Amino acid sequence: CSLFSSTKTQNFCRNEFNLTGLCNRSSCPLANSQYATVREEKGDRGTPGAFLPGKGVSPWKELPRVGLPLCPQVLLSKNYEKALEEIDENLIYWPRFIRHKCKQRFTKITQYLIRIRKLTLRRHDPQEAVRDMRGQGSDPQEAEKALIAAQLDNAIEKELLERLKQDTYGDIYNFPIHAFDKALQQQDAESESESDAEREEEEEEDEDDDEAVDKREFVEAEDSELSDFEDMDKLETSSEEEQEEEVEKKGSHSKWKGKTPLKGPARRKRPYLEIEYEEETEPSTKTKTA
Amino acid sequence: RRHFMFLRWKQQQRKEKLALKKKRRKEREALGDKAPPKAIPKTIENQRVYDETTVDPNDEEVAFDEATDEFAPYFNRQTVPKILVTTSDRPRGRTVRFCEQLATVIPNSHVYYRRGLALKRIIPQCIARDFTDLIVINEDRKIPNGLVLSHLPDGPTAHFRMSSVRLRKEIKRKGKEPTEHVPEVILNNFTTRLGHSIGRMFAALFPHDPQFIGRQVATFHNQRDYIFFRFHRYIFKSEKKVGIQELGPRFTLKLRSLQKGTFDSKFGEYEWIHKRREMDTSRRKFHL
Repeated sequence: CSLFSSTKTQNFCRNEFNLTGLCNRSSCPLANSQYATVREEKGDRGTPGAFLPGKGVSPWKELPRVGLPLCPQVLLSKNYEKALEEIDENLIYWPRFIRHKCKQRFTKITQYLIRIRKLTLRRHDPQEAVRDMRGQGSDPQEAEKALIAAQLDNAIEKELLERLKQDTYGDIYNFPIHAFDKALQQQDAESESESDAEREEEEEEDEDDDEAVDKREFVEAEDSELSDFEDMDKLETSSEEEQEEEVEKKGSHSKWKGKTPLKGPARRKRPYLEIEYEEETEPSTKTKTA
Repeated sequence: RRHFMFLRWKQQQRKEKLALKKKRRKEREALGDKAPPKAIPKTIENQRVYDETTVDPNDEEVAFDEATDEFAPYFNRQTVPKILVTTSDRPRGRTVRFCEQLATVIPNSHVYYRRGLALKRIIPQCIARDFTDLIVINEDRKIPNGLVLSHLPDGPTAHFRMSSVRLRKEIKRKGKEPTEHVPEVILNNFTTRLGHSIGRMFAALFPHDPQFIGRQVATFHNQRDYIFFRFHRYIFKSEKKVGIQELGPRFTLKLRSLQKGTFDSKFGEYEWIHKRREMDTSRRKFHL
């Protein structure tokens, strides 16, 4: 018939009154004079059980294909067990096959209705649960290649250094570039005349003070927290530390405030600082700057 | 056998290549100054198809647009970002942990779990409580795989595919957790118009004034349409040298769609959707 459809393993019948869904001689509504089905009653997918014993008088055959429910429909009870009994009662002298299949179909319908009700309660929102979030584009290693090309660490470092240069960090970091260069120059000149150098250094100090007064203060604030006289001693003896290193280390200490334990040198209060400068001018260990 | 022969052939090729290189180098040295300049190797970035929507830094139109778009109040420092992080229904352990870590990375963010509330209903509530952004982490099979970033009072919604998520414990590093300081933000390589707007979306997640004391930096780096997120702590060892240490989770994003309004997949007006067949035609064409 035209309602026949088949797949590899099964032959299906698309007739809406077919009891099992398969196209068999025994299940085809068109091929049987007596036929009965169980269907869902409309109205909210609520109740299974418009149940039509068909055909008793076989008007069915006169209206092939159109398949009107010719015979009385019986609404089955909502109670599962009672409904099964009703099927049995109504189809009491009907062939076993039809009775059995009707009951099976009824069971199936009730089960899927239960499932539907549960699912609607679960508020499953298919909008967001997107399954197809798989992988990337055409090339499966696209992302990895992009990652390698990105060279993230270098890029980040470069960006940070640029920001440092453009002074976005203000005065937090103690890299006094100009002072550094000047110090270099002066240290070279120093070898000629110490006194000159001292004067220059003092000048330089002043300049540095001007430039980096806030830095010093910032650092000072920290220093005031911790002062080890032992360290002082060490520092005085190890007067190799140059200005830059001093300042740098202070800067670095400011960074490590609370992060790592403070190591080694440089907890100097301001008055001692100045002393240190003078000492530094004496020994010719300025090569360290290079 | 054949495999062996193939290996041998490959070795030979390599030797020939090396020999060629050496010869070229010798020639260059011999010529000295007159040698032709070194050839620049072609990379995908070099060969990138020129995108007409690339933003010129001096472009007035773009500047005007940005002054009047949805992020203007943020960039004018009128609003402080407040972010709600949530997931799809029933998140699994990994997603939950990822959400927590994300919340520590982004200051002023709160994680709320969703017990089946529709996003459309959440959004008005969020707006009422002054949230500026909404992040939804979508999960599939126990791993986070998607991210919806929605700027709240009616702002654009971006939908990303998320991959390669690493939680903090999976990253090889010895740092501690991110502190409460406001991190700096680095946005790299967002060149086109579309990229620009996405970049602003990301920037709007973080408060405007980073605390440099914290020395933390969040990076969104776009490369070939993949956005890599990293979170580092940096130290300036000297003027020219900086050290970075990775803390914080990491993930990569790929933009799927950008919608004009807040999250609405049926009636929303899409500014940009990634259409696979149409847009992936050339290997050298990127959109962000």
